[in-house]
Amino acid sequence: MRNAFIEELIIAAESNENIVLIVADLGYGVIEPFARRFPKRFFNAGVAEQNMMSLAAGLASEGFHVFVYSIANFPTFRCAEQIRNDVDYHNLPVTVVAVGGGLAYGSLGYSHHAVQDYALIRVMPNMLIGSPGDPMEVRACMRYLINNPQPSYLRLGKAGEPCVHNKIPEIFPGKWLKVREAGRFGKTYLTTGATLDIVNQLLITNSDLEHYSHYSMPLWSMKSKEHQAKQIEAFDKVVTVEDHLMDGGFGSWLLESVSIRPEFLIRINIKALDSKVCGMVGKQSTLNAEGGLVRANLCI
Amino acid sequence: MIKTQALAREIRISALKMVHRAKASHIGSALSIADILAVLYGEVMNFNPTDQYLGSRDRFILSKGHACVAVYATLAAMGFISRDELATYGDDFSWLMNHISHKVNGVEFSTGSLGHGLSFGVGKALSAKIHNEKWRTFVVMSDGEMDEGSNWEALMFAAHNKLNNLTAIIDYNKLQSLDSVSHTLGLEPLVDKLTAFGCSVHEIDGHDHHLLLEGLTSVSVEKPTIIVAHTTKGKGVSFMENRVEWHYKNPDDEQLALALSELEVSHA
Repeated sequence: MRNAFIEELIIAAESNENIVLIVADLGYGVIEPFARRFPKRFFNAGVAEQNMMSLAAGLASEGFHVFVYSIANFPTFRCAEQIRNDVDYHNLPVTVVAVGGGLAYGSLGYSHHAVQDYALIRVMPNMLIGSPGDPMEVRACMRYLINNPQPSYLRLGKAGEPCVHNKIPEIFPGKWLKVREAGRFGKTYLTTGATLDIVNQLLITNSDLEHYSHYSMPLWSMKSKEHQAKQIEAFDKVVTVEDHLMDGGFGSWLLESVSIRPEFLIRINIKALDSKVCGMVGKQSTLNAEGGLVRANLCI
Repeated sequence: MIKTQALAREIRISALKMVHRAKASHIGSALSIADILAVLYGEVMNFNPTDQYLGSRDRFILSKGHACVAVYATLAAMGFISRDELATYGDDFSWLMNHISHKVNGVEFSTGSLGHGLSFGVGKALSAKIHNEKWRTFVVMSDGEMDEGSNWEALMFAAHNKLNNLTAIIDYNKLQSLDSVSHTLGLEPLVDKLTAFGCSVHEIDGHDHHLLLEGLTSVSVEKPTIIVAHTTKGKGVSFMENRVEWHYKNPDDEQLALALSELEVSHA
């Protein structure tokens, strides 16, 4: 995913002189092509995320679209107030990019597990969350954000994720993206981020789930909550799947969105990571399974 | 400097009236920076009050956002907002909220939480460098604010990137929220620290308009400039000077009258 990200950023920066990339001394093997091509629009802020985020806001206030790149919780929790006050409140086009979403850095320990980031970002009124599930969705998110610069958070995995989509999809904030359709008025999975592939594999390998549709939500936000009830209406059951804790996560967001239509509440079933994974170490697949993102738990 | 002296007096008088009417805090912090603002807006900065987004304007950021009444008063004196509008300070739904707000004409950036303004100013200054533009960025900070690690991150970045178009003014009034700076987290040797961080440092009397003018107009070849402005919290009102309580209290009718009379006499 991170390679799709940097390729899209370079393509955009060729024609858009307002694009700037700032890193917090991370991105080895990823960001170098941008740094070489656009040395005047690339800065390493050092291991200093608070300053990085506020200065990104300062640059954005002068017309730049600033991409701020780091890993896991460093560009979010470490500088949460800078995102809240400087980026979100001033409504400035800064895209916070975190590599290692969910448990992608599972073996690196709790400091590197990004399983509470949605909870932080989604309470900020102007922030748009981009949580792509495969490289095609990364490209789609990047194209949307570059055409619509705004306060935003792009949560990426690592590298080498398979493509679930065979082309770059058209996406819009809050709009469910069809992965497969088993018919209306049935049951569907709704995934965001890396669970796109987990659920896709589940449906491919389990013929007893053929009556399930699958939608993905690569762009969502506080503002796009209002579009959810209408989309839920078409299904008897919506199973959300995310590699984030339930508290403050994607499924909780969807539940909140139907508080205006309480009859829909019982249609939503949330599959999120159990908090017991906090503090565990292991491969991403191992920890996701420990956290409940496995067949036994995902089949309803 | 007659013009800036008159401006400083107007800032102090307006600030006192606003804080009195709104029963608001932080008058000591506002009186502390009145001379800095008077020289910046009266002599140093380039701006057009009828075109607040003028591309070539110098950018001003109040990082110690709690001293906002001094800036609102300055903006009114300069014509960004009307003097009548100052009377809405602290009212329900007023643009003039009790920490500086970017929703007010002429204000670049909202603050209120300390340790944000310098980094934001670094971003502005970097933007001017990328575009090869001549305008400058000025950031007024508090001394207590230097406790925040983000400011030292910002200084490192500014020096490393040779942002000589950035000037930060530290309002060194020696008092912070609960006690003196030296009893809280001592900053000394402040000038040595800032110099070691790669800044061009001017240590001056922050109420002396000639020295302020000299410091604020000097630009290093490649270093960011820091003015360490020795000031008096509550400056200009004898019973407010150097008293922690005027970080919080607001003057009653009698105290306001006394304060205003002192300002009339001292600047007459």
